[in-house]
Amino acid sequence: MTDATLTSSAPTTASSPTRSALADMWKQFRAHKGGVVGLITFAFILLAVYVGPYIHTVAPNKINIRDKNQWPSLAHPFGTDNLGKDMLAQVLAGGRISLAVGITAMLLALFLGTLVGVLSGYFRRLDGPLMRLTDLFLALPLLPLLLVILMLFRDTLRAAFGPETGIFVLIVFVIGITSWMHTARIVRGDVLAVKSQEFVLAAKSSGIREYRIILKHILPNVLSSIMVSATLGIASAIITESALSFLGLGFPSDFPTWGRLLFDGANFLQLTPSRVLWPGLAISLTVLSVNYMGDAIRDALDPRAVKR
Amino acid sequence: MRKLKLLLAGTVAAMALSGATAHAERGTDGDLKILFWQAVSTMNPYLSGGTKEELSSSIVLEPLARYNETGALTPWLAAEIPTLDNGGVTQDLLSMTWKLKPDVKWSDGSAFTAEDVVFTWKYCTAPDGGCAQAAQYEGVKSVEAIDPHTVKITFEEPKPHPYSAFISAKSPIIQAAQFKDCVGAKAPGCTSANFLPLGTGPFVVKDFKPNDVVTFEANPNYRDATKPAFASITLKGGGDAASAARAVLETGEYDYAWNAQVEPEVLQTMMAAGKGRLEISFGTQVERINLNWTNPDQALGAKRSTKDAGPHPALKDPAVRRALSLAIDRDIIVEAGYGQSGKPTCNIVPAPEAVASTKNDSWCLKQDLEAANKLLDDAGWAKGGDGIRAKDGVKLSFLYSTSTNSVRQATQELVKSMWAEIGVDAELRNASASVFFGGDPASPDTFQKFYADVLMYTNNFSGTDPEKYLAEWLCDKMPGPSNGWQGQNIPRYCNPEYDKLVGELSRTADLEKRIALGKQLNDMLTEEGAHIPLVHRGDQSSFAVTLEGVKMNSWDSQIWNIADWSRKK
Repeated sequence: MTDATLTSSAPTTASSPTRSALADMWKQFRAHKGGVVGLITFAFILLAVYVGPYIHTVAPNKINIRDKNQWPSLAHPFGTDNLGKDMLAQVLAGGRISLAVGITAMLLALFLGTLVGVLSGYFRRLDGPLMRLTDLFLALPLLPLLLVILMLFRDTLRAAFGPETGIFVLIVFVIGITSWMHTARIVRGDVLAVKSQEFVLAAKSSGIREYRIILKHILPNVLSSIMVSATLGIASAIITESALSFLGLGFPSDFPTWGRLLFDGANFLQLTPSRVLWPGLAISLTVLSVNYMGDAIRDALDPRAVKR
Repeated sequence: MRKLKLLLAGTVAAMALSGATAHAERGTDGDLKILFWQAVSTMNPYLSGGTKEELSSSIVLEPLARYNETGALTPWLAAEIPTLDNGGVTQDLLSMTWKLKPDVKWSDGSAFTAEDVVFTWKYCTAPDGGCAQAAQYEGVKSVEAIDPHTVKITFEEPKPHPYSAFISAKSPIIQAAQFKDCVGAKAPGCTSANFLPLGTGPFVVKDFKPNDVVTFEANPNYRDATKPAFASITLKGGGDAASAARAVLETGEYDYAWNAQVEPEVLQTMMAAGKGRLEISFGTQVERINLNWTNPDQALGAKRSTKDAGPHPALKDPAVRRALSLAIDRDIIVEAGYGQSGKPTCNIVPAPEAVASTKNDSWCLKQDLEAANKLLDDAGWAKGGDGIRAKDGVKLSFLYSTSTNSVRQATQELVKSMWAEIGVDAELRNASASVFFGGDPASPDTFQKFYADVLMYTNNFSGTDPEKYLAEWLCDKMPGPSNGWQGQNIPRYCNPEYDKLVGELSRTADLEKRIALGKQLNDMLTEEGAHIPLVHRGDQSSFAVTLEGVKMNSWDSQIWNIADWSRKK
């Protein structure tokens, strides 16, 4: 197996023209049926969330108490909540925020996790301190930490960016810096395994610089686990955001997000089930489609799979 | 005084009537199942200020007098209520004498005497005891036993309204023999006494699992041989308000669940099952929006929201304060969040009926957007391009804070949309109830800190006399760094005229005059806009349809008359 890696990875990445490598990846991706379905679903959700409000023009915060707790109708395709707000408009508006928070926080966590993981896996001297730092973050009780961060920075950020952007920056930051640890550990383990293989040794002996070895040889080989972390990260970021909103630490309460809509609707499950159904479905579909996409991307990026 | 006497006479008559329909025998109705969604952690109310502990201990421990469901004082372990007229309270208002009921026995069979009452006072006022109900004994100089059935309380200064010590579920009598070694710093360590206190009430604690289940059985030595009808009680703790209400109203697993704080339409769907009913009683709780009279600007640093910060740039204008109130449609707020358990109000002292003012109902109870808009136009607040009014660079845009609770967040959204119609913008914020009401001087999110422009929550006063409560709006009660943010004057309202009237109230003994003064103070607060009263909130609990004899009570423990409860045959 080691031989196979050695002979296949080095020539393909080095000698093939970039265009054909991209085409190869796309071909690999298309071969994964789940990935294609996931991509279509995710694209549909993105489109609906960003273009939808131009078609369904009801304002998400418009209160009409006379139309409260309605079942789906032509005027309100997803029904209304207990203040008479249109659920479709709220799900669309909530999606924009939830997706933005989920993806941005995931990217931040991924960046931090990969950085720490690769550094501690590759450089023996950094391994001890960085892994203890990871342990430290894992041991930190999340809630008191959040309270302190919020207390210290909320008003400052609010003054600098305004209430919504300020809270967005804060939440993305908070979720990002408290969820990178698992990625870091997984990546470190993979880097340790890859580092000891012959092709890395070969690269080293041919005089390639360390950062190029990391970028060209190590990273592509650990990308699959990073991708899995990423897909799980989006889901957990969306859910953490809703937990924060529930504690009153998140966005203002008239600012819909999928997690908050789900939480608010739980008591009304018997009365208007659609209040829980749609945000719940939106979260599940997003997470599922991103998971399948991640699976397909991993296949496409796996250097061992390209030549198959 | 005449009114009080009338009330007392009425109570006696009512008790006589209920006695006529008394059920057959003690312990014939089986087990009573109670659900508290906040679990009980001790049976000693002196070691916990929580409502759940006050309620659960009221099954076992009894005071000298209780408030009945109309808010009238009713003798309980005492033979009668001491008043000026019957000579129980001396003319100089410096002491009162309680006559105890003869033949009352503790559940272990020993006699209940005046010594137990004296001991209870000593227990709660002992240094290092950490007594949670010490406020009940405030101003009490001494308590003496004149003879085994007579207790004399002496006050430090004249007390026009002396009914607080040994009254209601907040200060019941504990047995001297059981607690004699538990005074002062040793109080929390007496586990068996705190978990299994002996009482004079209709039930005895059989088993106590902290924060889980408490079981009770009928007291064999209870003074009424025919009561209680139930043989035992199982009190389970935990869960949340909605699931507790469901266990009574929809599935019928429990007979009584405390505090059904759930949206009205959700309760309606539960009640469709026909297993239970809701009982509502109105006390003195008022949901209000406090307006910050001081400047909460962050740039002021430590001075923000204190007297030193100066007046609020927008809310200092009386027209703005009045317009904010006029723009609110209280009926819609009640309909959306409270249903039967709320009434629109413009008073901070909404009950008892004799004490509640009606003076401001004419302008304040109904929404009047036109008047509100005109008021702001005349005062020079002009709408800008974004539809928000401004004057001299000050925008009518307010940070609106409250505690986390679905009904409160719905109210916030409603109020925001109402204010939007008069060109006032609001930014909503909420903080977890444990932080918001936690009183931690280091947290910026407590209601005392008031780092916001407007702030919404509920408060009430215990008993039926509002004197202490109205004194909360005195100038020197403003929270601030100097008093560790412990003042109760949350809006930072300050009016020397008001302070003078409160002083007059504390020196007035005549009931009619006290009521008139109380109304005047209440009206002042609403008219000047210290706050915007929104909803007079009731207590709402769920009961099984088969449960009889329940009289919901907001003035004392909800289960004050549990001895009279029975099961419909």
